[in-house]
Amino acid sequence: MISLAGRDILHSWGRFLLTGLGLGLLIGVTLTMAGVYRGMVDDARALLGNSGADLWVVQQDTQGPYAEASSLRDDAVRSILGLPGVARAANVTYLTMQVRHQGRDHGRDVRAMVVGFEPGQPGEPGYLLAGRHITRSHFEAVVDVRTGFVLGDRILIRRHDYTVVGLTQRMVSSGGDPMVFVSLKDAQEAQFLKDNDAILNERARTAANPGLNRPGAPGLLEAIQASQASNHNVNAVLVQVQPGVSAEAVAEQIRRWKHLEAFTRPQMEEILVAKLIATSARQIAMFLVILAVVSAAIVAFIIYTMTLGKIREIAVLKLIGTRNRTIAGMILQQALGLGLIGFIIGKVAATFWAPVFPKYVLLESADAVRGLVAVMLICALASILAIRAALKVDPAAAIGG
Amino acid sequence: MTGLGIRIEGLRKRYGAGDTAVDALKDVNMVVEPGEVVGLIGPSGSGKSTLLKCLGAVIEPTAGRMILGGQTIYDDGWKIADLRALRRDSIGFVFQAPYLIPFLDITDNVALLPMLAGHPNGVARARALELLQALDVGHRAKAQPSELSGGEQQRVSIARALVNQPPVILADEPTAPLDSERALAVMRILNRMAAQYQTAIIVVTHDEKIIPTFKRIYHIRDGQTFEEAGQGRSLEPEPVS
Repeated sequence: MISLAGRDILHSWGRFLLTGLGLGLLIGVTLTMAGVYRGMVDDARALLGNSGADLWVVQQDTQGPYAEASSLRDDAVRSILGLPGVARAANVTYLTMQVRHQGRDHGRDVRAMVVGFEPGQPGEPGYLLAGRHITRSHFEAVVDVRTGFVLGDRILIRRHDYTVVGLTQRMVSSGGDPMVFVSLKDAQEAQFLKDNDAILNERARTAANPGLNRPGAPGLLEAIQASQASNHNVNAVLVQVQPGVSAEAVAEQIRRWKHLEAFTRPQMEEILVAKLIATSARQIAMFLVILAVVSAAIVAFIIYTMTLGKIREIAVLKLIGTRNRTIAGMILQQALGLGLIGFIIGKVAATFWAPVFPKYVLLESADAVRGLVAVMLICALASILAIRAALKVDPAAAIGG
Repeated sequence: MTGLGIRIEGLRKRYGAGDTAVDALKDVNMVVEPGEVVGLIGPSGSGKSTLLKCLGAVIEPTAGRMILGGQTIYDDGWKIADLRALRRDSIGFVFQAPYLIPFLDITDNVALLPMLAGHPNGVARARALELLQALDVGHRAKAQPSELSGGEQQRVSIARALVNQPPVILADEPTAPLDSERALAVMRILNRMAAQYQTAIIVVTHDEKIIPTFKRIYHIRDGQTFEEAGQGRSLEPEPVS
C-alpha cells in the first residue's frame, strides 16, 4: 500500500514547507527558550565549578554571596584555616557594576561582576584563553571574553584604571554578567571605598570632633582617618577541604564554632538553581506552555483546513472502499510530517541563532529529543479535530444530487 | 436471466418519518444483464441519485431486494456485513467529475483500489497500466490528474471503476462535462468494457447526446421506474467520405 500522506506532502511540498517554516520558527523559539534556561543553570554550575571551592562561608543568616548580600571580616579566613579538614581558604568579593572601557571604545560601559580574589587561592579563574594571571598587587585584571575586552585594554573600575592582562571564558555571574577579576585589595577598595567628597567630609567631621582630635594624642587623628578610609570586609570565604574529608562536616564546624554560614557545593547549587533562577525558570516554563499551546493550535488549524479542502477526495476514497483507519492514518501522518518538517527547521534555526544571544544558550541533545517527542505528541493531538471531520464525511457525498 | 448483473425488486426508500416522511423510491424494479449498458433517465428530484446511492451501498433502502453480481446484498435489510469491501470489490463508480485523487499519479489513482483490496503494489500497478493502455491513456501513466484533459481524466476514472473487475458499474452523469465527440467516446468505452468484462453498467444521464445510444432505458419518475426500448444508435465513428 502506498503512503497517501507521503504522496500528498510531495504533491503539495511548497505549502507543507512554508507551513513547516512558520511552525519551525515557533519550535525554534521554544527550543531556544529551553536553551536559555539550560544556559542559566549551566552558568550557575560553571560559576561554582570554576571557583574551585568545596565550601562557601558567608555572613550568618544569609545565603550569600550570589543570592544575597554577605559581609564578613577578612580575618575570618585565618580562623577557618585553623579548622581540621580545611586545606585552603581565601577571601573573595563580588560586586556587579559598570566597567568602562578606556581605550579604543572609549566610554563604552560593560555590565560585569567584579571579583576580588587572592592570586593562587580558591576564587582565581581556573584557566586562561590568552595572557597571564594577575602578578601585581594592583590595577591588573583578568576578564571574561564576553566583556569584549582584549589583552592590553585599559578599563576603569571606580576611580582607577586597570590593564587587562588575561582572558578567560565561561566565567559569568548567575545573572549572566561576565566577570572581571582583580586583586582582593583592589576589589575591596572598589566595593567599599567612599568617593572623594565623602572622604573629605568624613575627615573634616573627625578633625572637628575634640574627642577624636586631642592635642595631647599625636597620630590619633591620622589613625582614625586611616581606619575610616580602609576596609577589611569581604563577601565570602572560599574553602577547599582536604582529600577524604566531608565538606558537610567542615561546614558544620564552621556554623557551630564560627557563627558563620557555610554552604557545600550541592547546597550552593540548590540556592543558585532552585532559588535564584527559580522565577526565571517559571517564566520560561510559562512561555514553553504558551508556545506549545500556540503550536498545537496552529497545527490543528492547518491540518483541519487542509482536510476540509479534501472533503470530496475523502468521500471518494470512502466510497471506493478505503478504511477509516487508512484515512485517519493519512491525516495523522500528515500532521506528524508537518511536525517533523517544523522540528528540523526549528532545530536548525535555534542552532544558528543561539550563539547570537547575549546570554549563554545551551541547546542540549536531550532537550531536542524531548522537544521532538513533544512536537509529535502535539501534532498527533492536533490532528484529532481533522480526523473527526474526515470520519464524518459521508461517502454518499461523492455521488451527486 | 443469468443471475449475475443487477436485479432490483420492489425497492423502496423513505426519508424521514411521520408527516414529514418523503418516499424517494416507491417501487423500483430493474434488471441489467452482464455486458449490458442501460440508461437511467429522469427529471431532477425523481430519485435517480437515491437509487444510485442505494445500489452503491452508501444509504440503506427501506424495503425491497437488490442482487448485484449474483449476490443478494439487500433483502429488507443488508445481507452483507462489510459494505465497504462490497463497494471496493463489487461496484465500480464513475462520477460526473472524475474526482481523481490529485496527489496520486494516474497509475496509482487506478492501482489504489487493488492495493486497498490487499494486492501487492506491483500487481496492482500492472493491472492499472493494462487498463490505462486499453483506454488509450497508457502514455500518460505517470502524469498527474491536473495534467490531463477532461476526456482523459474521465477515461482514467473508468479505468479505476474497472480495475477490480466488479460485476457492476454505476456511472453518474459521466459525460456531462464533455463535448459530443468525447461523450460518445466515453460511451464507446463503457460499452466495450461492459462487453469485454461482462460488467452490468447503469448510466444515469440527462445528456441528449448519448441517450439515443442506449438499447434499453429506464425512466424514473416520482420514485418509480418504467422500462423502454432505446434507439441503440451505433457508437462507431462514421466513416470519412
